[in-house]
Amino acid sequence: MSAGTTRSEPEGVEDSASAALLRLSRFLTRSDTSPDLRAVHRRGGRSGEDFSRDRWQHDKVVPSTHGVNCTGSCRWKVYVKDGIITWETQDTDYPSVGPDRPEYEPRGCPRGAAFSWYSYSPLRVRYPYARGVLVEMYRAARREHGDPVRAWKSIVDDPLKRVAYHRARGRGGLVRVGWDEAVEMVAAAHVHTIAEHGPDRIAGFSPIPAMSMVSHAVGSRFMALLGAPMLSFYDWYADLPVASPQVFGDQTDVPESADWWDAAYLLMWGSNVPVTRTPDAHFMTEARYRGQKVVVVSPDFADNTRFADEWMAPHPGTDATLALAMGHVVLKEFFVDAWTPAFTDYVSRFTDLPFLVSLVERDGRLVPGKFVMASDLGRTEEHAEWKPVLLDDATGEPVVPNGSLGFRWSTEPGRWNLDLAGIEPTLSLHGRSDAEAVEVGLPRFDRPDGVGEVLSRGVPAIRVGPDGRLATTVFDLLLAQYGVGRPGLPGDWPAGDDDASQPATPAWQETITGVPAAQVVRVAREFADTAIRSNGRCMIIMGSGANHWFHADLIYRSFLALLHLTGCQGRNGGGWAHYVGQEKVRPLTGWQSLAGALDWCRPPRQMIGTAYWYTHTDQWRYDALGADVLSWPLAGGQLAGATVADLLARSARMGWMPSYPTFDRNPLDLVAEADAEGRDPVAHVVEELRAGRLGFACDDPDSPRNWPRVLTVWRANLLGSSAKGNEYFLRHLLGADTEVRAKETPPSRRPETVRWREEAPQGKLDLLLALDFRMTSTTLFADVVLPAATWYEKHDLSSTDMHPFVHSFNAAVDPPWQCRTDFAIFHAIAECFSRLAATHLGVRRDLVVTALQHDTPGEIAQPGGSTRDWRAGECAPLPGRTMPVLTVVERDYPALAAQLAALGPLLDKMGTTTKGVTVDVSRELAWLGESNGTFTAGPTAGRPRIDTDRRFADAILALSGTTNGRIAHEGFRALQERVGRPLTQLSSPSEHHRVTFADTRSRPASVVTSYEWSGDESGGRRYAPFTINVEQLKPWHTLTGRQHFFLDHDWMAELGEQLPVYRPPLDLHRLYDEPPLGPDGQRQVVVRYLTPHSKWSIHSEYQDNPLMLTLSRGGPTFWMSPADAEAIGVRDNDWVEAVNRNGVVVARAIVSHRMPTGTVFMYHAQERTVNVPRSETTGRRGGIHNSLTRLQIKPTHLVGGYAQLCFGFNYLGPTGNQRDEVTVIRRRSQEVTY
Amino acid sequence: MRVMAQLAMVMNLDKCIGCHTCSVTCKQTWTNREGTEYVWFNNVETRPGQGYPRRYEDQERWRGGWELTRRGRLRLRGGSRLRRLGRLFANPDLPELTDYYEPWTYDYRTLTTAPLGDDSPVARPISAITGAPTSVRSGPNWDDSLGGGPENLAADPVVARLRDELGTAVRFEFEQAFMFYLPRICEHCLNPSCVASCPSGAMYKRVEDGIVLVDQDRCRGWRMCVSGCPYKKVYFNHRTGKAEKCTFCYPRMEVGQPTVCAETCVGRLRYIGVMLYDVDRVTRAASTPDEKDLYPAQLDVFLDPDDPEVAAAAERDGVPHEWVEAARRSPVRDLICTYRLALPLHPEYRTMPMVWYVPPLSPVVDALARTGFDGEDTGNLFGAIESLRIPVEYLAELFTAGDPEPVRASLRRLAAMRSFMRSVNLGEVPDGAAASQVGLTEDQLRAMYRLLALARYEERY
Repeated sequence: MSAGTTRSEPEGVEDSASAALLRLSRFLTRSDTSPDLRAVHRRGGRSGEDFSRDRWQHDKVVPSTHGVNCTGSCRWKVYVKDGIITWETQDTDYPSVGPDRPEYEPRGCPRGAAFSWYSYSPLRVRYPYARGVLVEMYRAARREHGDPVRAWKSIVDDPLKRVAYHRARGRGGLVRVGWDEAVEMVAAAHVHTIAEHGPDRIAGFSPIPAMSMVSHAVGSRFMALLGAPMLSFYDWYADLPVASPQVFGDQTDVPESADWWDAAYLLMWGSNVPVTRTPDAHFMTEARYRGQKVVVVSPDFADNTRFADEWMAPHPGTDATLALAMGHVVLKEFFVDAWTPAFTDYVSRFTDLPFLVSLVERDGRLVPGKFVMASDLGRTEEHAEWKPVLLDDATGEPVVPNGSLGFRWSTEPGRWNLDLAGIEPTLSLHGRSDAEAVEVGLPRFDRPDGVGEVLSRGVPAIRVGPDGRLATTVFDLLLAQYGVGRPGLPGDWPAGDDDASQPATPAWQETITGVPAAQVVRVAREFADTAIRSNGRCMIIMGSGANHWFHADLIYRSFLALLHLTGCQGRNGGGWAHYVGQEKVRPLTGWQSLAGALDWCRPPRQMIGTAYWYTHTDQWRYDALGADVLSWPLAGGQLAGATVADLLARSARMGWMPSYPTFDRNPLDLVAEADAEGRDPVAHVVEELRAGRLGFACDDPDSPRNWPRVLTVWRANLLGSSAKGNEYFLRHLLGADTEVRAKETPPSRRPETVRWREEAPQGKLDLLLALDFRMTSTTLFADVVLPAATWYEKHDLSSTDMHPFVHSFNAAVDPPWQCRTDFAIFHAIAECFSRLAATHLGVRRDLVVTALQHDTPGEIAQPGGSTRDWRAGECAPLPGRTMPVLTVVERDYPALAAQLAALGPLLDKMGTTTKGVTVDVSRELAWLGESNGTFTAGPTAGRPRIDTDRRFADAILALSGTTNGRIAHEGFRALQERVGRPLTQLSSPSEHHRVTFADTRSRPASVVTSYEWSGDESGGRRYAPFTINVEQLKPWHTLTGRQHFFLDHDWMAELGEQLPVYRPPLDLHRLYDEPPLGPDGQRQVVVRYLTPHSKWSIHSEYQDNPLMLTLSRGGPTFWMSPADAEAIGVRDNDWVEAVNRNGVVVARAIVSHRMPTGTVFMYHAQERTVNVPRSETTGRRGGIHNSLTRLQIKPTHLVGGYAQLCFGFNYLGPTGNQRDEVTVIRRRSQEVTY
Repeated sequence: MRVMAQLAMVMNLDKCIGCHTCSVTCKQTWTNREGTEYVWFNNVETRPGQGYPRRYEDQERWRGGWELTRRGRLRLRGGSRLRRLGRLFANPDLPELTDYYEPWTYDYRTLTTAPLGDDSPVARPISAITGAPTSVRSGPNWDDSLGGGPENLAADPVVARLRDELGTAVRFEFEQAFMFYLPRICEHCLNPSCVASCPSGAMYKRVEDGIVLVDQDRCRGWRMCVSGCPYKKVYFNHRTGKAEKCTFCYPRMEVGQPTVCAETCVGRLRYIGVMLYDVDRVTRAASTPDEKDLYPAQLDVFLDPDDPEVAAAAERDGVPHEWVEAARRSPVRDLICTYRLALPLHPEYRTMPMVWYVPPLSPVVDALARTGFDGEDTGNLFGAIESLRIPVEYLAELFTAGDPEPVRASLRRLAAMRSFMRSVNLGEVPDGAAASQVGLTEDQLRAMYRLLALARYEERY
């Protein structure tokens, strides 16, 4: 390179006067300056570069991940220098998903990239803390009584002392305590509660096991050994799509994100993929280059809209109308106007559309009744009342096809499959010579206030069975419901697609959603056309924008209907892709065995979270929404006069849903009473109930006998994130200061059967214990806060729906200060507990009450989905049939700590059972005994050790089919016997596949096809749900064994929801006197209040992180439209207040034209810890996003004991939905105080 | 001909999801220190929007980059060196902290240490500079996802320019909403105005890879580089009193690792590669009279590594063989030269920037279908470029000094690839015309697809 020594004026540069200076320096440095003096090129002598080189250097890189309920399960490299965590970047070492598609690398997001800040942040919980007031009282009592348990009792039994520390909750005053003292207080509280009130008065809350299975399971196992219920989260978070158990008989099963690539047509419906599925969004952007068409349905110009070929912006909460209209187009054009074999074959084989449904008379009109069963035909074979019937086209006769629930639980296995064995199902009776055209009443709810009306539409019907009952097919009913007319049928039908008066035409939906009818028709046609051309590769990614509504089950059913009609489910690249907080525990069996302590005692207590909080935070006392408000005009009246609290009690006593605390007596005492009288405890309890001497706790939840007493929250931030009705939690559960503005329900609308106490209790919990590594709204209100290790300081396992790998958390450094892992903390508590239990509790027997469970014979307990109540004398109280299952369980409390650390003997005897498939795991137990070692003495002598986090993780992996091919193979062997078709070919190629914890450390480990899930992953296939069902003809876990359009349970019929139908968001103006939507001309505006997931946090995590706060607006905000802002005189970044009956929120406004007018967003989980001033309305600290919400329970979510409508933990239960809320927003003084 | 090698980056904005992972990993690695709290070597801007620092593209105000004199010679826009020397202590072209933002944190400890009081404790914002309580009024990403509404976003200098000079109104209304994200790092220009601005000779462009750096030993903190850079990608560390900037992660690049921002990009949209260029042609190219010709002029500066003459010259000029090989395999070269998909950011600054961008497609079909066409038809797709949600004129102001044709050509190629591959995806016979209409072969479309869609790690870097 030239030294550039010319002194002439360099070419092209105008600068003579000052050139000399630079020219001079050029000769003084070892650099190459360009002749024109513009550029200085330098080589060598660049010591200034050392700074960056030094900074980049580090001592080690440790793989780990984040356990934050984001479904990411991303692999991160954590950098450590001088024993300090410096930063993190994503790892790129995922196993390949094939040469023809993008790889997973790198996965991560800005939130995860900001995590290391927490390690040494001023937000870190570094030591155990407890509320100062309580600590003083405890120390005094301890001195006085000399015994921790008696000391604890003396405080919580003293009303004045209770109030003193309850009122201090959330108001600062935490003091540092030693580990021993903290653990002793906690253990004493547990011992006291069990002795005095019963183990079901304790509860644990820790969500999303997959985000750190060991940390979850160790605490859950502790609870299970105590006999304390774990509270569900998936339904409580409203992330559970209730439509999934309803339609598929499965909790949630969805494709991995690499399967989006396979889709030829992609709808993103209420799911803002770039923001909420950041690590996987690239599959969407890249699949576009493969010619995938992308359609976004979103009420705002969401981030994903940027990538859409088409954008449909329905008004919030009206999505079902859009889906119904699309279904209308598909049914009309591809089933009625033309017959599309690709579609009709699919629905005939894989859905309930061909099955017969009775038509019954109500109020002089015909309405859809129940499925016609084999028993209705007069057949008397085993489980005939559980075998639905269809017509064989070949013979025209009713037949009983294989695959329904009656075959699943038959004593003769082999016919639980979808092999039609020559039957050609009749889809429609239209045109049959023996069919008569009859008019049926069908529901519609499309008035803005949501009140039901009756549609009259005709269906073809025939008479079947010895009683000559009138029946039609689900398909014929569906056409009627969707307004697709055919010649010769009576009733009111749309005059055409442009008839806006009749559901469910495209024109009708336009009046409700605002989306042009022509666009809906076009998209529906393209969707169906692409499904034909691609063999079912149309996918809908659906998310909380659609799923968090009160009527979300109906919204989702309308989506799923589209997918079923077009034959897209059970295909790679097709079907539903629901990604809302589900996080698949891929090593399912191992995790659930350990988390439920199924190796020591069965069954565990598992509670539906929503009902728990609804009851124990006394939100029921404010809920004037009578259940029959939701009924349609031709309902039978079963729900008349009942409140939700009444229905919860009914559901509990009929064995539908669990209920804890269960009885108004200590369950340990119940067994003791029976023992004392020499009676069978179960018979004793039934007799006590029958005689009315024993009551259910949920019949009188405000009685101090029925309160929950001890709650432990770990891996979660209940009060800053998920607590819908936050202010009610603070007031009634905790007894803290609160902002509840609502009035209690007036006497005329109070529960019929649930006791109303005049004074609502304030402060039910004796102890709120929180384990966390950062200060949150929950730790602020907790009585004891224990300092937990972060995700970079422990060993654990992670898996997700989004990718097919299991990988690990690893300790890059030891927990600093006095922090400990969750694993260590629960062991410490357990040891102290067992020590105290030796004198206070001993070995006891516990009466455990559980609901009729899905995937067990309990799901055929109540034929016909009828609702007979033993208490009302409508049937006998039969445990496990008409009432819950009652089980006596022994609890060796002094040995609890030892049991926590060892694999118990029940696994040897009973094996593991997952989704109804039982596998013998004795070989794995032997392996674990050798690998982990066994205990040599004490109550667990000879048992395999799971006493360290890594051993525990290895046990999870060894006992699960996805990570242990032998287990998968055994499971398929058992399943194929039940099914009667070959299945082991799915698992034999990977029979020897084995993943250990060490494997997950070195690289994310691929899982294999397992009976635990429904997708075939063999041969490197991407995971897509239900491919095994479609390809191997293995039934879905539903009544018919097929995917359901029609749900015939009594309560579904009461609400008019047997088929997908549109119901608008709850009209809170009508129901709760909230002001009507819109500006009032008085500087305030009433808006729909939505809390979608944030770009700058994962729930409450990271919303307090300075990096995320810097990249956003530095604190809580409302997004609002320019029109709404203008109506109240608000400019961007102004402070505003939102007020409704539930509470007050103070935040700043972000004005943006991407928002639709009439709706504000407050992104989810902006909690009270950061930049929340006092409110002008109350003078107190502004609330959190959930200060404006309150629980509304949908009665149909309480149904149980009936086929797929059965309880399963986090599988079916009432959702804690929160999207139907409204609020007033007004500008406030711009002077804020903290 | 004098051959030099330059590390360059291409970002495919059509894949950018605006997640800011790049910003955070960069900041965590390089600038989470005292003195650089407000510094983001890598930032991501929502466009339309004012960017960071605010309205940095308004060179009428900030006077960064180069301009041509009446004689057609390059001159720093900030004025002659003498003029700049005279202003060393009062540089009117220097952004103030408020033009970036005043960094802040929170009194987090309060949450743990608050004594028993009358309400729940809260961490209020405090200035990271002074430690005093503050209120949050601006930030490095204030416009995120169109936050700020019409009032703030209309102050985007590009929007203003479209309005004032072309009479094109960008509408900030729900139905017309559009946005995309623009991640930015230092451009490591071939003709860096920051280097030329430095009175201490502390800035330099590395011979071996073209990375532009500040010599921390020699920097005297005059900050002429800050005002001289039109992209505002040199920053002043108020603790050390020296300038700092994006280093293209040379400690990583030197050992064969991509930059942090590139490797951690979960949108998988960043490509790094070697470009060979003729250093003798730079000044003339940067002096091209018509701003709209600067983009083709810069293309002319690049050398073809497959040309034996270039290879020989490279060897003569000390470019290692490995680097020539790397230039041949360079994905950046493919995107810039072969497919002409990538375009430079603000070529009119005349700095010859070396971080280029594939412009973003935006919803096409619905705009088109409203006019009654089948939006997926190949022919219509090309027509639809005119009805993108993102106005082509807006993109042209960013990437081609206002010339819409190269932007259209790039977008048409993306659209043609989608259309072609849709047929492949559905197992149908693709329309061969798709490729030829955009001046490519089918093989090239497939290769483009491989690079953009599969985007394998080994092929991105």
